[in-house]
Amino acid sequence: MRKYWWKILSIILLTYTFLGGFLFDVPRLFILNETIRNLYFHVCMWFGMMILFIVSFIYSLKYLNKPSIKNDIYASNFAATGCFLGVLGYLTGVIWANYTWVTDQQQSLAAILKEPKLIGAAIALLIYGAYFVLRGSFSDNDKKARVSAVYNIFAFAMLFPSIWIIPRMVGSLHPGAPGSESGNPALNYNDIDSRLRLVFYPAIIGWTLVGVWISSLRIRLQLLREKILNN
Amino acid sequence: MKKSGFFLSAMFLCIIAKAQDKPEMADVMRSNGKIYVVVAVCLLILFGLFIYLFILDRKISNLEKNNNQ
Repeated sequence: MRKYWWKILSIILLTYTFLGGFLFDVPRLFILNETIRNLYFHVCMWFGMMILFIVSFIYSLKYLNKPSIKNDIYASNFAATGCFLGVLGYLTGVIWANYTWVTDQQQSLAAILKEPKLIGAAIALLIYGAYFVLRGSFSDNDKKARVSAVYNIFAFAMLFPSIWIIPRMVGSLHPGAPGSESGNPALNYNDIDSRLRLVFYPAIIGWTLVGVWISSLRIRLQLLREKILNN
Repeated sequence: MKKSGFFLSAMFLCIIAKAQDKPEMADVMRSNGKIYVVVAVCLLILFGLFIYLFILDRKISNLEKNNNQ
């Protein structure tokens, strides 16, 4: 029970997210209308991804500091779950953008294709994709762990220009860019009112905990596999 | 009489214009309670996923226990 409390917490928080996310009152906004509720799902995927990538980055640093196969397994599996959440965030964003940017705002395909937020997020996810290609190309385990730990630090550093800085500097349809007249997406006081926060913050914690749970299962399986292979 | 009719219709036009100023929301879905159907379906999928995770968790715990013996 002592080890399980955060899993139960994630169930409670996500049940609350689904109930509150669909049933609570939300601000009435043009273009977005009822789709503002996607904030509790689409945006939380990216928050979860970012937190898991930070954890993965820390384990890569730990590996370089003290090389042990355990740190490498932790780093790679947190990165894998982070990528999974990132892909889900991207796909949900595609659906959302289709109805708010294309249908309601009549944006052209050219405007969508040069959307800096989409390009930046795609670059960031592809860099992490290369991390797994790199890992798969080594036969020597120590070399694999060391090179991929260094690469993971690079991939984490590339997240900042590609998804945080550049989309905020150039015009974009996505909230958080100069063209959309709002600052920090989802956390700006002009963008999001207290009714949204009431569900939004628990949702971030809930989705992140589910990501950690899935990662922990993957890590435990791989540790077992290592143990059996070594015996 | 004609004048008051004009004013009335102008007033109505204003009211209609104002109603269209407000963003459209899924108020009908909320008032007839169909939204609870959506919530029930989504919650069922969520719980199904959690049960799946719990079963996987227990299986891996058993494997760990057997491996340590």
